[in-house]
Amino acid sequence: MTSLATCDRLTVRYPGAARPALADLTLALHAGEKLAVVGESGSGKSTLARALAGLLPVGTALSGAIRWSGPPPRPGRDIGTVFQDPGASLDPLLTVGAHLVEGLRAPLPLGRAEARARAAALLARVHIPDPERALAAWPHQFSGGQAQRIAIALAIAAGPHLLVADEATSALDVLVQAEIVALLRELCRDAGMTLLFITHDIALAGTLADRVAVLHDARLVEIGPAARLLAAPREPYTRALLAAQLDLASPRLVGTRP
Amino acid sequence: MTLLDARGLAKTYPGERRIRALDDVSLSIAAGETLGLIGPSGCGKSTLARVLARLATPDAGSVRLDGLDWLALSGAGLRHARRRLQMVFQDPAAAFHPRATAGGAVADALRIHRLVPRRDRPEAAAALLRQVGLSPDLARRPVATLSGGQRQRVAIARAIAPRPRLLVLDEAVSALDASVRARVLDLLVRLQAELGLAYLFIGHDLAVVRAVSHRIAVMDAGQIIETGPAEALLSDPGSPLLRRLIAAVPALHRKDPPV
Repeated sequence: MTSLATCDRLTVRYPGAARPALADLTLALHAGEKLAVVGESGSGKSTLARALAGLLPVGTALSGAIRWSGPPPRPGRDIGTVFQDPGASLDPLLTVGAHLVEGLRAPLPLGRAEARARAAALLARVHIPDPERALAAWPHQFSGGQAQRIAIALAIAAGPHLLVADEATSALDVLVQAEIVALLRELCRDAGMTLLFITHDIALAGTLADRVAVLHDARLVEIGPAARLLAAPREPYTRALLAAQLDLASPRLVGTRP
Repeated sequence: MTLLDARGLAKTYPGERRIRALDDVSLSIAAGETLGLIGPSGCGKSTLARVLARLATPDAGSVRLDGLDWLALSGAGLRHARRRLQMVFQDPAAAFHPRATAGGAVADALRIHRLVPRRDRPEAAAALLRQVGLSPDLARRPVATLSGGQRQRVAIARAIAPRPRLLVLDEAVSALDASVRARVLDLLVRLQAELGLAYLFIGHDLAVVRAVSHRIAVMDAGQIIETGPAEALLSDPGSPLLRRLIAAVPALHRKDPPV
């Protein structure tokens, strides 16, 4: 398995923070895999996403290294990012078409007409109905799920080989969440894209990812194939995380009647 | 014994699209019972919560709560009766005054409902914090400096302060990490047993709703489309929506077949 990137004893400390947000983290991101990074608030999972995407704030102290197997990724081109709130990616004062045309023309040598045609194709790829009409529409005219699809189209516009999704489905209702997960799966399969999927939901991670990494208190607890890690976790913290997660077979907390 | 009985609630939001948020909604909740309410976003769950909590006015329908004609109450009568139904929201940060302390927020609820003489309020507030599993040492801490789970416990302490019969929990555990959420759910179940509280438990996570609810109601496009005992309903879902909601819950120990 070729690695796309390797974090080698990566430690990240935000300016003024007493403790590192990520401590001594070593892991490899395999080319073409879907790696889920799971953890609770403050575990460092979003910091790992930002470090790999080159989005750490100025003044952040970083030690250790991130090694890329090929040339270092070009910002805005080789790595796409999607966040929890599609509003973070979409300017309310720009049409959907303006976002995508800009997103395509900044990194790629495309004429306006060609960029517009590609923008429509991108919207079709993320299953936005009537792409031509959607190009002329404004972000607020779309539901949360549709807006997240548009944010994904924007993230993959330049054909990145890595897509970083930071809690990209957390604000969506479960039915829409399942649709977005299916879309991510489909895009990775069709484009051979690597996915770094950051989530607090270990069960969701298990349905999407090839491998799962568990973070706790800025450290890597365990990493392994998703099916193995969920069925037979090796670390007590992972077991606790799984025990706290409810599914439809979990013991109920109340009787059948009051 | 029926605690809450809502009949024919309707509410349409004005505007271009005239969304029917509630379309002839009827439901009942027994004393001490948890009714789980589930449905996709925009189905009307939160509007229903707000109508029952008298934060929004329906266009039609009636509600009896604890023997009272709930929607007919107004003025002093409503102020006096309001303590019977309290609400807990998803985001505890937004539900408190920015400078409120944990003890102050709970004492304030006691003051508003005039249940405890002034000199006894700090002690009563400390007792309520203990009851929700918080150390009374936290009483002087600003709510804003507490963790998400602690904040939600303060919100629950404040909600039970006026000794309500029914709590409306609108996505009250949805923003919490799984381990914190598990402990808050345990707390809710314990308080229900101790206080005989009824809950309307609104959530989008079917696994969570199932774990704490005696009965579940499924809502879609402003209507309650099915209701039943939690286990029976989930083992034999009648609507395509409920079947989709069930399918959308990731199973922990069974890897879904690749699509």
